Amino acid sequence: MLEGIMIGLEAAFSIQNLLMVVAGCLIGTFIGMLPGLGPMSIIAIMIPVAITLGDPAAALILLAGVYYGAIFGGSTSSILLNAPGVAGTVATSFDGYPMARKGQAGKALTIAAVASFAGGTIGAILLMIFAPALSSVALLFHSAEYFALMVVGLSAIAAFAGTGQVAKALMMTILGLILATVGEGALFSMPRFTMGLMDLQSGISFITLAMAMFALPEAIFLVLNPLRGSNGEGGSNKITGLRFSREEGRAILPVIGRQSVQGFFIGVLPGAGATIASFLGYAVERNLASAEEQKEFGKGSVKGLAAPETANNAACTGSFVPLLTLGIPGSGTTAILLGALIALNVTPGPRLMTDTPEIFWAVIISMFIGNLVLLVLNLPLIPYIAKILSIPRNYLIPFILFFTLMGAYIGQNNATELLMLVGLGVMATIFRFADYPLAPLLIGFILGTMLENNFARSMQLYRGFDFIIERPMTMGLLVLALFLVLLPSYRARRARKRAEGVADGD
Amino acid sequence: MALDRWIALVFIVFCCAYGYLAFFTMDASLPPFMQRNPVWPSTFPKILSVMGAVVGLVVLLGLEKPNKDAEPSATEINYRRLHEYKLGQAVMLLSLMVIYALSLRPVGFLMSTTVFLVMSSAILGERKWHIMILVSVLATGFVWYLVQQVLGIFLRPFPFFMGV
Repeated sequence: MLEGIMIGLEAAFSIQNLLMVVAGCLIGTFIGMLPGLGPMSIIAIMIPVAITLGDPAAALILLAGVYYGAIFGGSTSSILLNAPGVAGTVATSFDGYPMARKGQAGKALTIAAVASFAGGTIGAILLMIFAPALSSVALLFHSAEYFALMVVGLSAIAAFAGTGQVAKALMMTILGLILATVGEGALFSMPRFTMGLMDLQSGISFITLAMAMFALPEAIFLVLNPLRGSNGEGGSNKITGLRFSREEGRAILPVIGRQSVQGFFIGVLPGAGATIASFLGYAVERNLASAEEQKEFGKGSVKGLAAPETANNAACTGSFVPLLTLGIPGSGTTAILLGALIALNVTPGPRLMTDTPEIFWAVIISMFIGNLVLLVLNLPLIPYIAKILSIPRNYLIPFILFFTLMGAYIGQNNATELLMLVGLGVMATIFRFADYPLAPLLIGFILGTMLENNFARSMQLYRGFDFIIERPMTMGLLVLALFLVLLPSYRARRARKRAEGVADGD
Repeated sequence: MALDRWIALVFIVFCCAYGYLAFFTMDASLPPFMQRNPVWPSTFPKILSVMGAVVGLVVLLGLEKPNKDAEPSATEINYRRLHEYKLGQAVMLLSLMVIYALSLRPVGFLMSTTVFLVMSSAILGERKWHIMILVSVLATGFVWYLVQQVLGIFLRPFPFFMGV
C-alpha cells in the first residue's frame, strides 16, 4: 500500500495533474453553483474535454475534481440563495440559509467548507483502506458472479428509488439495457436493432445519452418555469466574517467524525449516494443532539449545517469504492465516470489496481489535493465566484444548450448525433414530468454491454443456464437481487395492513 | 389516466415491438455455425423484452401503491401546470437546436453558432442586440479556438462554398 501511495504521489504531483485538480475544482464550483446544473450534467459536459486529454489519470483527476467542486458549489448556492443546485445539498439549505439570513453567510460557508474537507479527507482514507481489500476479494469473481453482481447493483438502485417508485425505476433500468443493445455487440459483431441506419451501427453514444438525460431536461425546465432556481427570497449576498469561534468548532467536531464514517458507508451502497447520506446525517445528528440544541436545528444550527455537508462529501468518496474495485457504478455520477474511463481504454475493476496502479492511486491522492484546493483556494474566492449567480438567464440558458450540443458533437463528430440528442432530451423531459427517475436508465445503459458480455460468457462456459445452479454465489446474488426488488413493496404492504388494523381497532 | 401510466403503455408496446424483432426476425440471418452456440445475439434482448413488458404492466396496472405522503414541492416541475409554463419558448428553442444540428455542416461552425446563440437569447426575451451579438461572437470564436486548436477536433468553420 505504501508503494502504491508513493506511485500515486508521483503521478498526482506532476504539474499537469496538479493543474487538472485545480481547474477541475474551480470549474466544478463555478458551474455547480448555477441552479439546475448538478454534478452529473457538469461531468457530462466536461467528458469530451477529459477524453481529448488522452491521459486516463489526468482525465479522471479532472473529472473527480469537477465532482467535488460541483458538490461544494451546490452547497454555496444552497446557503446563499436557498436554491440547491444539487439534490445532495438540499439538507445543507435547512440550516445554511437561515444562517446566511442572520448575516452569517461567511461563517456558514466556512463551516461548510471545513466539513466538506473533513468528510472528503476521512472518506479518502477509508477508501484507501477498503478499496484494496475489496478488490482482492473481487479477483475471485467469475463472469457468472459479475453478471449476478451487476444484476444486484441494478436492482439495488431501483430498490432505493423510494416508495412507489421501484417499478418505475426498474422500467427505466430495462429501457437503458434495451438502448444498450442497439448497435454492434462486441461478442457477436452483428448489427442489432439499427433499423438499417448507419449512424446507429456503433450504438448510441453514452455522452449523448448523458446530456439528453440530465443537462437538456434541466435547461428545458429552466425555460419552462422562470421561477425555478431563483426561489430564494434574495438572500444577502454580502459575505463577511469567514471565521467561526472555538466553541462552534468544538461542537461540530464529533458531528464531523460520525458523519464522515456514516456518509462513507452509505456512499458505498449502490443507489444510496450523497442525497440519502446528507438527509440521514441531518436526521441522525438532530436525534443525537441535546434538547436545547434540537430547537436550533432548522434555524441556523452549526451542527445541522456540518452534518449534511460532511456526509455528502464522504458519500461522494464512498461511491468511488464500487467503481474502482468492481467496475460497477453505484450512482449516476460514477456511471458517467465509468463511461469516460471506458472511452479512455481503462476498464475499472479489480484488475485496475494491479494493471494500472498509477491511475488508481493518483485518483486517491488527487482526492486529498482536491479537498485541500477547495478549502484553501475556493473559500477565499467564494465572494467573487458568487457573482456568477447574477448572470441573467437570457444568456445562461443559450450557453447551457450550446454546451450540451457541443459535447454530443465533439464526442462523435456527427451531426446526426445532435438530432438524437434533441429527440432523447424531449423523451427524458417527458419522463421527468411523469416522475420517472432517469439515473437508472443511464446506469442500465452503461452496464448493459458489460452485463450482456458476462452473461454470454457464462452461458458459453456452462453451455446454457446451468451456471445459475452450479455456482452457489451466483445463485445467492440473484436471489438477493430479487429480494431487494420485492422488499420495498412487501414493507409498504405490511405498513398498510398495520395502518388498516389500527383503524379497525378504533 | 395519469401521464406515467400512458408512458408505461407506450413502453409495453415498445417492448412488444422489440420482442417481436428479437424473437422472430433476428435469428433468420444467423449464420449456421453460430446456431450451435448456447447464446445467440437475440438471447439477451428476448429476456429484456419479456421483463420490460412485465414491469411495464406493473406500472400500468398500478400494482405498486404510490407514496401518498409525498407532496409535490413548489419548485418541482408539474405537467398538470404545463399551460402556465413558457411552453412556446421551450418548443422554439428545441426547434432551433434541430435547425442548428442540420445547418452545422453546410453553413459552418462560426456562422451557425453565432446565429444560434443570438436567436436563443432573443427567444428568451433579450432585446439588447449589441451585447448579445458581441457575447455570441466572442464565445463562438473562443470555443472554436478551443476545440479546433487546443483539442484538435476538426470543425468546419466557414460555409461549404468557401473551401476548407
